[in-house]
Amino acid sequence: MSTILIFLLQFSLIPLLSPLFVGIIRKIKARLQNRRGASIFQPYSDLSKLFHKNEVISHDSSWIFKAMPYILFASTLVICVGLPLITTGFRNSFSGDFLVIIYILALGTFFLALAGIDTGGGFGGFGSSREMTLAALAEGGFIFSMLVLSVIAHSTNLTDIIGSVSSLPLISYLPVLLAFIGFFIILLAETGRFPFDNPATHLELTMIHEAMILEYSGKRLALIEWAAANKLLIFLAIGANLFFPWGIATSLSIPAILGSLGIFLAKLLILSVAVAVLESSIAKSRFFRLPDLLLTSFILSMIAIGLIF
Amino acid sequence: MNSAQNIFFLALSLFSAGVVFSILSYNKERLANIFSSTFAILGSITGIISAVLVLIYNQSFSINTPSSFPILSYTFKVDYLSAFFVLIISVIALFASIYGYGYVKQYFGKYNIGSLGFFYNLFIAGMLLVVTANNALFFLIAWEVMSLASFFLVIFEKDKEKNIKAGGLYFYMTHAGTAFIILAFLLLYRSVGSLDFDIIRNNIALVPAFTKSLIFVLALIGFGTKAGIIPLHIWLPSAHPAAPSHVSALMSGVMIKTGIFMLIRISLDFFAGGPLWWGILILTIGAISSVLGVLYALAEHDIKKLLAYHSIENIGIILLGLGSALIFNTLGFQSMATLGLVAALFHTMNHAIFKALLFMGAGSVISKTHTRNIEKYGGIIRYMPLTAFFFLIGSLAISALPPFNGFASEWITFQALFAGIRLVSDSTTWAFVLASGALALTGGLAAACFVKVFGITFLARPRDEKIKQISESSFSLTFSMAVLAALTLVLGLFSGSVTSILSKVAGNVTALKNSGISPGADPLAIQSGDSFASVSLPYVFLILGSAILIVFIWVKLVSRKQSQRRTITWDCGTDLTPRMEITATGFSRSIITIFANILKPSKEVEIVYHAENPKYFPKTNVVNLGTKEVYQTYLYEPIHRLITRISELAKIWQNGNVNAYIMYIFVVLIVLLIAGALK
Repeated sequence: MSTILIFLLQFSLIPLLSPLFVGIIRKIKARLQNRRGASIFQPYSDLSKLFHKNEVISHDSSWIFKAMPYILFASTLVICVGLPLITTGFRNSFSGDFLVIIYILALGTFFLALAGIDTGGGFGGFGSSREMTLAALAEGGFIFSMLVLSVIAHSTNLTDIIGSVSSLPLISYLPVLLAFIGFFIILLAETGRFPFDNPATHLELTMIHEAMILEYSGKRLALIEWAAANKLLIFLAIGANLFFPWGIATSLSIPAILGSLGIFLAKLLILSVAVAVLESSIAKSRFFRLPDLLLTSFILSMIAIGLIF
Repeated sequence: MNSAQNIFFLALSLFSAGVVFSILSYNKERLANIFSSTFAILGSITGIISAVLVLIYNQSFSINTPSSFPILSYTFKVDYLSAFFVLIISVIALFASIYGYGYVKQYFGKYNIGSLGFFYNLFIAGMLLVVTANNALFFLIAWEVMSLASFFLVIFEKDKEKNIKAGGLYFYMTHAGTAFIILAFLLLYRSVGSLDFDIIRNNIALVPAFTKSLIFVLALIGFGTKAGIIPLHIWLPSAHPAAPSHVSALMSGVMIKTGIFMLIRISLDFFAGGPLWWGILILTIGAISSVLGVLYALAEHDIKKLLAYHSIENIGIILLGLGSALIFNTLGFQSMATLGLVAALFHTMNHAIFKALLFMGAGSVISKTHTRNIEKYGGIIRYMPLTAFFFLIGSLAISALPPFNGFASEWITFQALFAGIRLVSDSTTWAFVLASGALALTGGLAAACFVKVFGITFLARPRDEKIKQISESSFSLTFSMAVLAALTLVLGLFSGSVTSILSKVAGNVTALKNSGISPGADPLAIQSGDSFASVSLPYVFLILGSAILIVFIWVKLVSRKQSQRRTITWDCGTDLTPRMEITATGFSRSIITIFANILKPSKEVEIVYHAENPKYFPKTNVVNLGTKEVYQTYLYEPIHRLITRISELAKIWQNGNVNAYIMYIFVVLIVLLIAGALK
């Protein structure tokens, strides 16, 4: 019984907590800009508000536009099943593979970009174009940063990676650190943060993610916003658990799980602060400077692979 | 005699009947179409049965019929590898023929259907002979039948000058390739003394190491031309689109794979592997072909040309599997070599299915819109919902998105490459690292490209008024696409069972005899030494499906009171026109700009002004965006110049003067007589 409960806790942690971490990052950014900022629970209220709003759908759109939010949200849930967050007790040999995670995320992005084109507006199309450009280039860096870990672990399974990396002596930790920097760049790109995208803008010259979902409203917009929050938390969790897997419970005993949960949340908080501080201290880059940054991520991971041998 | 053999010859006879009856009914186009399709369908079904008998019930067979010519014998041998390719060819031919029955109707009254049926059946029979022939000379005859039949199919729409040009290029390139193949076989003959494949395989120790490598390179150039590896691919993007769409599906789906088949045969079956650099070379070519193929596809706006470039990309991915198999084989990691070959074979099969599906989808659209330019499409999902749905499935599969078959084979390819990074030492590791990088980049770019194709073709508003009058294609077209779309999902979901059959096929190759890996049925798992990886696509499919369902029901419950309103897209206060939608050019322009060093984008601006002077008010403004093909400038043009120069030199002797020629004959005769007398 407790096993099922722990599994449900691990599975529901991301969808339940993701709006909170969006709120935390916004709050820290506000404080850094000398604003008081909204409550960290504001994203929950936003979602609730959107779920109770009426919807407007374009004449020009097809079923792709209508189905996309469900596919996008469901794709983040599929990842939650395979991602070990507070315990490595559930070794998932069915979907707990990092290539599966990356390509399931790509599935969501694929439909997101299609929906951007679907309304036939001027903004959606170029948003999709930019998103797919960045996603295509980011995928290589993402796979390579995880590849560093899988070369260490001799497996592409996430649970096995956590097991191997946590028992790695500190002296040989440098490749993991390099890969983490590479991963962090991808995190910023994939979750639409500075310097790649501005999550708070509706200025047509700069927006990427917002441009694609411009025509959405009501419950579908709520699902998309929530899925974006899930994606952010998934990336933070991958960063916290796979690159710094210390403190994660290896058993299913209740005290171990609770301790692991505390450490997990603390690690997430540290990463959120890092994202917020970074976002406050740098400007958004020109679009055609971004490939250089993504290439940097790729090369860092290549160096890391070279260091392992 | 076993039943697989009888059924295989029944298949060949049915195709022959298709050839004969089509041409006999050349002046009755309806009858010719029925004959051609029916015999091809029946032939394909019997082909599938015979391949399945070999693969599942182990009824391999070989048959030897001597001919009246000394070195030619009509030898067939169907082992697992041949049977696997017979299976792919028959499956794609089956659905292409069903599709063709409806698709060909648009040519009634314009072109000769009888000759189409003649060459179509001949083409399929030729491909079946190519993968089953067991004698080099017989193989070359089959190869030529396949190449020439497909050449005539490429120039079938002969009123379009472009098609004739494309056919011409294909003709030259394929015969240049055949020249290299003949040279490779002649070298084998010199060392082994036979053209029989069995004798060559058994006496391969007689071939010196240098000759082996020479044969390998010649075969790589010859068969690589057919497979469409970069830079030998130039015929492919113009020839494949020129043919009728069901023929394009066959050419892109299976014909180019016969090149892959022979590369596997020669490198791993005849030679049982070779030096390390063979594998590294194949891996490098695979990496280059995959990345460049997809980049050129992004720059392309002719829907069939774009799909043809994706074939180059996928051939690259197949070669990544084959290259790693060769490297592992040389270094003695037999089980990993099997894994690499399984990845190559699996992707060969998957690509055949989703590429045929995509070509059929494109053909379905083209048959209604009569243009291949995707900038003229838009909003077709409303007028052709089924075609759009099946094309979407194909797009997801080719972009390697789970749970479709493309993901399964790319996942195995990734695992093979990752194993290479881990197991192999020194500089070879970096070949694997770069190959993994190429594959990762290719996956992302392919997804971007198919968002472009699907989005611009099927979504948003029509860019052309004519689109609003089109309707869904006929049953024979949608049926073929539906079955192929279902196959992409089925092959993904049952990838575990498929790979266990494929490892049997791979284990049949000389180099990998008894290497023994057995990927489990489900999850699709890979165990090799100290490493392990697994994935279960039925499980992923199930969670994804149930997650979508639960979210849907939940949202329905939460916001059941809310209403939905349909209105126009936000237009900033102006009237929406199709010109406000993003174009395919615009969509891919940012990626092209990023890869400007490789793609060499060109831009020509033509402005016509109202008044010549002063030039303030432009009347029309035309911008031509394109890409330059680098190997055209750096490879083919120098070769062309060299040939021209040699021809100029030859002109001194071959000057068209008959008197001079008679003198040459006279001189040669004298020399021969003297030589004979001295002896």
